[in-house]
Amino acid sequence: MIVYVLCFILFLVGLYGLITRRNLIKIVISLSIMEFSIFIFLVLIGYIDGGIAPIITEQVINPTYVDPLPQAMVLTAIVIGLATTAMLMAIAIRLYRKYKTFDIREIKNLKG
Amino acid sequence: MSLIVKKVAQLITGFIFLYGLYIIVHGHLTPGGGFAGGAIIAGAYILQILAFGKAPLLLVKKETGSSISESLAILLFLMMAVAGFFIGTKVFFNNFLPVGKIGELVSAGAIPIYNILIGIEVAAALLTIFLALIIYKEEIEE
Amino acid sequence: MNSLIPLFIIIPLATAFIIPIIGKLTNYFAKTITPIILLVLCFFSISLLIGSKNESYIVGGWQPVNDIPIGIYLVLDGFSKLILCIVSIIGFLVSFYSISYISKYTSENNFYALFCLMIAGMNGVVLSGDLFNMFVFLEISVIASYALVAFGVGKNELEASFKYQVLGNIASFLILFSIALLYWQTKTLNIADISDVLKTHDSSPFLLFTQILLITGFGLKAAIIPFHAWLPDAHSSAPSPVSAMLSGVLIKAIGVYVIVRLFFNMFVFTYEIGLVITSLGTLSMIIGALLAINQRDIKRLLAYSSISQIGYIILGFGIGMMVLAKGGKESIAVLAIAGSLFHMVNHSVFKGLLFLGAGAIEYRTNTRDMSQLGGLSENMPITSATSMGASMSISGIPPFNGFFSKLIIIIAAVQAKFYLLALLAVVVSIITLAYFLKFQKAVFYGKNKNFKDAKEVPFAMSFSMIVLVILCIGLSVLAIPSVRELILDPAVSSLIDIDKYFNLVIQY
Repeated sequence: MIVYVLCFILFLVGLYGLITRRNLIKIVISLSIMEFSIFIFLVLIGYIDGGIAPIITEQVINPTYVDPLPQAMVLTAIVIGLATTAMLMAIAIRLYRKYKTFDIREIKNLKG
Repeated sequence: MSLIVKKVAQLITGFIFLYGLYIIVHGHLTPGGGFAGGAIIAGAYILQILAFGKAPLLLVKKETGSSISESLAILLFLMMAVAGFFIGTKVFFNNFLPVGKIGELVSAGAIPIYNILIGIEVAAALLTIFLALIIYKEEIEE
Repeated sequence: MNSLIPLFIIIPLATAFIIPIIGKLTNYFAKTITPIILLVLCFFSISLLIGSKNESYIVGGWQPVNDIPIGIYLVLDGFSKLILCIVSIIGFLVSFYSISYISKYTSENNFYALFCLMIAGMNGVVLSGDLFNMFVFLEISVIASYALVAFGVGKNELEASFKYQVLGNIASFLILFSIALLYWQTKTLNIADISDVLKTHDSSPFLLFTQILLITGFGLKAAIIPFHAWLPDAHSSAPSPVSAMLSGVLIKAIGVYVIVRLFFNMFVFTYEIGLVITSLGTLSMIIGALLAINQRDIKRLLAYSSISQIGYIILGFGIGMMVLAKGGKESIAVLAIAGSLFHMVNHSVFKGLLFLGAGAIEYRTNTRDMSQLGGLSENMPITSATSMGASMSISGIPPFNGFFSKLIIIIAAVQAKFYLLALLAVVVSIITLAYFLKFQKAVFYGKNKNFKDAKEVPFAMSFSMIVLVILCIGLSVLAIPSVRELILDPAVSSLIDIDKYFNLVIQY
């Protein structure tokens, strides 16, 4: 039970960074931390007591494997997270060239 | 970067590349597969760029080579998936090569070929992103 | 198994990766191949809408084990066919429009590649039959739209794209988190199989938490109040064909479609969730219209009115769910859901036309401010006529199509004894008429004579606008009962019959 609480604490750390930081790069890093907490939660769901890693070898007869489906989901989700982080960083670099600052309180052109 | 970093980067890049190839090709026997192996191969190229600095790169005007190899790898992947329409039990994404014994290197049908194509694609994509953010041309100020 | 179904995903995806290779050799390849590909997809989707029966397609040929579906399923039923038609038709007309519009930007090949990728992602979301496949295709289309919003790299576009990305990323986390919670409770990812398992579950607070997370996550994608903060900036700063695609198709195919599919076909109907959905729809309707009155930028006004019309659609679905959960007469629910589906089709057509018209104005005069524009109707006759047609259609004036769809939703609200909601819908319709009259007068019939030498737009842009205004008048035939049975009734019955979706998948 305590491992799920630790995942939630990691999510809250990322959320705190997203809300209170002013630098654009720190906002992107906080979004990454929030994502990793969900990946850890997904892998922990598939755990069965006494299970081994789901790889077929010839040594053990009739073993109990842990659930491999959440592990496949997390592999795909890591690549998706990479793509969104790359997109955010590209826009952040272009924003720096236009506004000459990384501070999010200066970038307020669109209102209403 | 100093001389020690440059020499060490030259010496171990080959080993990193070989390790990435091992993880890609054995994707159906051990953990890893296309994504993880592709990221390691991209790491080998990025190590060279980081050790030797930006100056040799500014002679290259665009990141054309890696962009074309990325698109070609995905097109080959789609062609192999569409070939399932014509061979065997006429379904999309069919596994049509023969499945051998469990545990050998040449087994599990078309999965090793898919792994190699995905590995090339992920390495080329990561390298394209890295190069596009470095070879950034200054725009004319308004 | 119909082999036409995976072609909707393969063809745009292959085009999106061929364009960068051949685009380096010749400049005209991307411009000609994209409208041709989308026209082919139009024909396929219309032939599927009229001709074929509902079925599912198993990718890879993995047959079910012990009657439990394994592997990836692509499911085609009445609702999916309708959305596929909307995506293909609007996509073809917008890509034809952008042949001349995007020539003012640099690197045109990237635009067409990203556009095809967005269409492939939307087709994947609409066709997929299990949760994680839907998530992957959702991410593909949304990442392509982040890049398209920031396409002309000026200050406003980059800021709007950054805000859109941060909120869209948070929405994706919430969706992935709720998929994880659903997998924990039911140990399967297939939508039909989850509906089977959830029938025997008792409704615990855990399930309610998952449902609220799903409404929040997909509500952020569909821009329902209070999750609308990214929409005015993103839809007004993007290039005009991209705004038309985003506002007309994307927020329906990945926002409203998924909410309706999951809450009508997967979860068991409850009265509380219907109440939540109806109240969110009412709030969107009212607040979107009130915020649109005071705008001076023409595309920002159109973006706020998008929020208001999506509120109408969600209101219709919510009324249908509340009537079905309380065990009321089924004909009232059929009327409400048919009205919402009709309004979805109509809103794509006339909102796309309005955004394309605003793009035509910006192409010739380089400004979007209503206080500087004026008197354009004598120089740009096609643009002003089609824009007036779309404005009359969105305000609900007969014989355009907006009148019939709003009438059906209001009649359903009155028959279900929600008199307050019907009154609010009529009041919001009058407010919509007010600000669209202001928009038309300020842009086309005002007294400013700043732009005397603005000419008419090129042929590619005016062709799309004329076809869309013909569709605006022509879609009113969907209210005639014989045509409605052909197109709308299969979609409605696939949402109301509880066992129909399940039998489609498990039978194979």
